[in-house]
Amino acid sequence: MHGSKIPIWFFIGVLLLVYGGLITGYGLYEVATGQLADVALKELHAPVWWGAVLFLLGLFYVIKFRPRRAVK
Amino acid sequence: MYGLLPALHSAGSLPALLAFTSEPLAHLRSLDIAIIAIYFGMVIWIGVYLKGQSNTSEEFFMAGREMTAWIAGLSFVSANLGSLELMGWAGSAYQYGILATHWYWIGAIPAMVFLGLVMMPFYYVCKTHSVPGYLGLRYGRGASSVAAISFAIEMVLMSGVNMFAMAVVMKVVLGWDISFSIIVSSVAVALYVGLGGLRSAIFNEVLQFVLIWGGALLVPILGMIQAGGVLGLKTQIMHNMQTMTGGGVAGDSYFHMWRDLGHFSANPMGVHWTGIVFGLGFVISFGYWTTDFLVVQRVLAAHNLRAARLAPIIASFFKMATPFIVILPGLLGLVLLQNADGSRRQLVGEDVVASCAMTGDGAVADANGCKAAMAKTSLTPDAQQKVLAGGPDAELHSYNQALPLMMVRYLGPGLLGLGITALIAGFMSGMAGNVSAFSTVWTYDIYKSLINKRGSDSHYVLVGRLSILIGVAVSIGAAYLVMHAHGIMDYVQALFSIFIAPLLAAILFGMFWTRATKQAGFIGLLSGIVFSASLFMWVKLVPSALADVALSPDAKPMAENVFRALWAFIFSAVVIVVISLVTKARPIAELDGLVYGATKLPKEDPVPWYKSEYTWALLVIVIFAGLNILFW
Repeated sequence: MHGSKIPIWFFIGVLLLVYGGLITGYGLYEVATGQLADVALKELHAPVWWGAVLFLLGLFYVIKFRPRRAVK
Repeated sequence: MYGLLPALHSAGSLPALLAFTSEPLAHLRSLDIAIIAIYFGMVIWIGVYLKGQSNTSEEFFMAGREMTAWIAGLSFVSANLGSLELMGWAGSAYQYGILATHWYWIGAIPAMVFLGLVMMPFYYVCKTHSVPGYLGLRYGRGASSVAAISFAIEMVLMSGVNMFAMAVVMKVVLGWDISFSIIVSSVAVALYVGLGGLRSAIFNEVLQFVLIWGGALLVPILGMIQAGGVLGLKTQIMHNMQTMTGGGVAGDSYFHMWRDLGHFSANPMGVHWTGIVFGLGFVISFGYWTTDFLVVQRVLAAHNLRAARLAPIIASFFKMATPFIVILPGLLGLVLLQNADGSRRQLVGEDVVASCAMTGDGAVADANGCKAAMAKTSLTPDAQQKVLAGGPDAELHSYNQALPLMMVRYLGPGLLGLGITALIAGFMSGMAGNVSAFSTVWTYDIYKSLINKRGSDSHYVLVGRLSILIGVAVSIGAAYLVMHAHGIMDYVQALFSIFIAPLLAAILFGMFWTRATKQAGFIGLLSGIVFSASLFMWVKLVPSALADVALSPDAKPMAENVFRALWAFIFSAVVIVVISLVTKARPIAELDGLVYGATKLPKEDPVPWYKSEYTWALLVIVIFAGLNILFW
């Protein structure tokens, strides 16, 4: 977006990165301890792969739209 | 989008859920709370960060007209993607099947494409700040003031209803205190919109759009895996329908969008194709998507005319995809929702849930009332007996809870927090849309136009910021008013459908007919609102009048909205034409930039075919037609 130093896509990237990291981290903890939450299809380990999708998407946006210093 | 809310007929009974005394549907863990808290931190950070870029009125009210087509388009569709809508339409899909998809496809796509290709140039070229502002340029101060005052009242009241509805949902789903939800959400919205203006509202809407998809998309994916794909879902729904439907509605009507619309009684929604095509597809849809300033404001913030034209077209792709996260979970709920004992969980209307509310010890408070209410539903005798017997897991849940119930079924810690954040984000984007649009219309079309014409630019920015605070405060008052006087909710929700049809007539004739006059615009708009309100009150006071308004004794409440809008549009159109023909039209030269045929549109720079708005519009129309044929 013009006129702003930090594009909206960067904010989105940060949020997805943090959410993805937290959710994947919890999913891996579940897998490691075997204490799966009592939900349907828990054997698919949705927190691991859905969290990873969010994390990678966030990482892409953070890198691509990271604020850059203006060239003097 | 209240006029298109499914649950207009059932949302009126939403306050009845306050009688609900049971355990909340979900219990959040610390990870879920952290995810929700991070979201609130992020939206306030955005507001604080953007404060420095919202100093002039053009920046504060129009986001500096700097938005790209993608940002304006996502914001345009996100302002409409509220949580009431998500949950209401998921509930409607549970009730009516894929007929509910009409509100996403014919009820949106043609109008969005029309806005982008045909109407946007006029809104954009005349450099208006608002839709009432356009009416002011075209018809003069009378029509503009009627539109501005009615819109401003509608916005703050609806914001209050939205706020209250969110608080009720949070109480039922999470057990949160009503006042806590109202205060936290309104303070957050007031902060980020008050600080960063429209730019902040748009930024947050794009963020909320991503969150809603990220939080809600997993439910249909997992649901489809468990249902065994499309064929498995269809087979199981057909099986369940045998026990749920009666009368003349065939079970497979749930899978057809058009086939059974030849008669009111042949489909579960009780509508006729004429109402869907002309009432919904034309009047309500075009009225909302092309004249409701809440959404049009997002596109007006685009950085050039091509971006303004592309924005609604980009938005239409996402609108067309939305049934995947709304309608599909509702359909999946028909076969996948289960009680703790493994039996199928059947959802019912909110009035039935309220009638069967339980006391603290798990018994039904009013057994006779509950029995009578359940007798009108498709609940099996066994299920009814179980409810009356009380005890754990005996409680009924409403259609509107289909989506939260599906979330609770599939989403564990973290993911559930994300899903709940998606719902909160949806509520807040709707509320932010209401207050930012209210602030612009109040400042430009009421305060500047009628009260103080000579203020400085910084004065109007200050008025805008204060009007956001006042708008939020009035909304909170409206929320508590609704909480204590439930009947008001029906009237507030009807405001949209009462105003929108006459407004559409005034704008279409103003934009496409040079002969339309100032007097015709004003009288057509005002008399149309009175006519539409009279129809609403007629049906409200004499419920049997629904058969006259919708032209069939088999019509159901859903049909009333679409036919009332159609009659109100026709009434206003006739008034505008007749008065225009007997009054003096403005010289053509004065209509430059306002009316088709009197305006020389600016030439746009040529772009490759794949960047042209016409290419993308054609693709949208082809996909739209294909989907309607596929689900005929």
